[in-house]
Amino acid sequence: MTAISDNTARSTSSPYGEAIRQALYAALLSAGLFFFFIGLESTQDISNRLILRSHWGVLATVVALVAIGRFLFIAFVLPAVDRRRANRGPIAVVAEKDQSFLRRHRFKIMIALLVLYPVIIVSTVGMQGSLKWVNNFGVQVLIYVMLAWGLNIVVGLAGLLDLGYVAFYAVGAYAYALLGTHFGLSFWILLPAAGIMAAFWGVLLGFPVLRLRGDYLAIVTLAFGEIIRLVLINWRDVTKGSAGISGIPKITFFGWFDFNVSSPNYIGKVFDIPTSGAYYTIFLYYLILALALLTAFVTIRLRRLPVGRAWEALREDEIACRSLGINTTNTKLTAFAIGAMFGGFAGAFFAARQGFINPESFVFLQSAIILAIVVLGGMGSLSGIAIAALVMIGGMEILREMQFLKLVFGQNFTPELYRMLLFGIAMVVVMVWKPRGFVGSREPTAYLKEARAVSSTFTKEGHG
Amino acid sequence: MTGQTPLLAVEKVETFYGNIRALNGVDVSVNQGEIVALIGANGAGKSTLMMTICGAPHARAGRITFDGTDITAMPTHEIARLRIAQSPEGRRIFPRMSVRENLQMGASLDNMQYFDQDVEKVFALFPRLKERIDQRGGTLSGGEQQMLSIGRALMARPKLLLLDEPSLGLAPLIVKQIFDAIRELNRTEGLTVFLVEQNAFGALKLAHRGYVMVNGAVTMSGSGRDLLANPEVRAAYLEGGRH
Ligand SMILES: Nc1ncnc2c1ncn2[C@@H]1O[C@H](COP(=O)(O)OP(=O)(O)O)[C@@H](O)[C@H]1O
Ligand SMILES: [Mg+2]
Repeated sequence: MTAISDNTARSTSSPYGEAIRQALYAALLSAGLFFFFIGLESTQDISNRLILRSHWGVLATVVALVAIGRFLFIAFVLPAVDRRRANRGPIAVVAEKDQSFLRRHRFKIMIALLVLYPVIIVSTVGMQGSLKWVNNFGVQVLIYVMLAWGLNIVVGLAGLLDLGYVAFYAVGAYAYALLGTHFGLSFWILLPAAGIMAAFWGVLLGFPVLRLRGDYLAIVTLAFGEIIRLVLINWRDVTKGSAGISGIPKITFFGWFDFNVSSPNYIGKVFDIPTSGAYYTIFLYYLILALALLTAFVTIRLRRLPVGRAWEALREDEIACRSLGINTTNTKLTAFAIGAMFGGFAGAFFAARQGFINPESFVFLQSAIILAIVVLGGMGSLSGIAIAALVMIGGMEILREMQFLKLVFGQNFTPELYRMLLFGIAMVVVMVWKPRGFVGSREPTAYLKEARAVSSTFTKEGHG
Repeated sequence: MTGQTPLLAVEKVETFYGNIRALNGVDVSVNQGEIVALIGANGAGKSTLMMTICGAPHARAGRITFDGTDITAMPTHEIARLRIAQSPEGRRIFPRMSVRENLQMGASLDNMQYFDQDVEKVFALFPRLKERIDQRGGTLSGGEQQMLSIGRALMARPKLLLLDEPSLGLAPLIVKQIFDAIRELNRTEGLTVFLVEQNAFGALKLAHRGYVMVNGAVTMSGSGRDLLANPEVRAAYLEGGRH
């Protein structure tokens, strides 16, 4: 709304004069605002007296940043956006063949990059240096990509708002952790088992909430997530409560070789290569990549099958679905079950990767983050969700690396504490610029050429 | 038409919304190959009857039989599988899905092998839809949405087609196109149609037989022509402009 009122004011004066005026104004405002927040700090000195310490340098830096940002925004960003809006007709028909090579093969290129990622990292920073990049960025981001793709089936496709998705992640993780430590079963047997168990709980959650929609459904699923977590905390005989389960077995390469230095089948001995912790990490990377791609593949296939189309139809209009002969009960239950199953897979992987799990990993915040990724990505778009996961989770990890910020904000500044700020900023930015998510337009499952209209998805009925 | 068992028989049906009775002992029958129109004022209970036939909500009293099967208490999706297709009030097409996908949703699993053939039939009936095959349902004009809604219902190869106010909010020319299409379907394929209309003039001209509904009960019935000539009907639904 503000953008519209800005519009009329802006068109009259020159962009630079206006930008300078607005920048000064913003500087003044932020100076006033941050004077107490940043400029002054009350601390205790050695003799425990309360003293005021001032940070004029930091204050000046922040104010300058705000002013420069505002100037750039008014002088360059807004005019560019206006131009783009003006150039865009009401309905732009994009023919398939007009798209460039890069665009047409973007999925293949993306997958190729993902497959080559560990190779690139190892060859640039070496085996030992690669650990951090492959694990903290690669594996971490891919776990969230997979979780968000799994949740996307429930929320993005079937339109069932689920705030307790982390429960299925927990079921999968504990299934592997418990069965793996007690019975010594292999990961490859327990992976499907964890998926099936999570799917079972998905159906169990599905039954009572069949009649619920929207906010009511959200509340019940939220409660479900908390129930699972509380059970994990309190059922100490089995789950060891908050202490968690440790010594969860590592994954082996189908029994051919494994990653325990002491074992006779250690990868280093089998292939006669030097001992390194990086092998396991790289193996985990490819495993989670494969699992995530499996999720995407299944989603894409299901969307073309009757059940997938029924999910999408269900999201749009439940009554119409029923009168078209769709069994909405089964449709919802399969959405819950399949979504939960992928959560379970991811959970089993998580347990195997960490080697230790406790209920702290499955708090509501996790559900919220996964849901935020789905929403930011554009509800239903696989590539949008992958981008959102990369920005959000990758961004969080990068914040850890931003130690140079200490030079600006002082030695007490710990950048990773500001990860939630990143979420907030991303949410606001996306909701302002792309209210339907990074990739907001739903791709039809079958089409010749894509017709896109600006307000298409908001229009319920045409006028005719 | 006496002596023949009707394709659809609605007998003494009562439907409630909570404690409010919306249908008050309705008797309606539709024979094989007929076009039957139900007219009545806003809030008379016409849409409620349509939805009750489809089992959403279920009738609390009375009996509905279709093709010899009692469908009174059957779940909605099973009723639909008996090949009763509906173009519901407000069209209820899927706005984010393309025209093609909307039509796919209409086709039931059992006759997927006829899909291409059936789509061509819908396009022959409504050529406008063919031009817009990859356009999102929500971006269609009102008339096109209505055509899509009827087309989607036809994809189920229905034995009985239920239409709830197909002319609502459409320009006269489009209404004529749609009514012509219904007549055509009935004549060439013998499709049985039960339609609800506020546009009493158009509907009664199209229909073989008609019913008039007032406050949840049928008050009059007869051939389309007789009802059109009936002074009471004329006074209540026709004079003061053809809607
Ligand atoms: N979902 C509903 N809940 C409660 N009352 C309803 C509902 N739908 C319709 N009604 C009531 O039932 C009566 C008949 O409505 P309806 O069948 O839609 O009439 P018509 O289609 O003839 O205009 C009206 O009084 C209406 O208010
Ligand atoms: Mg109505």
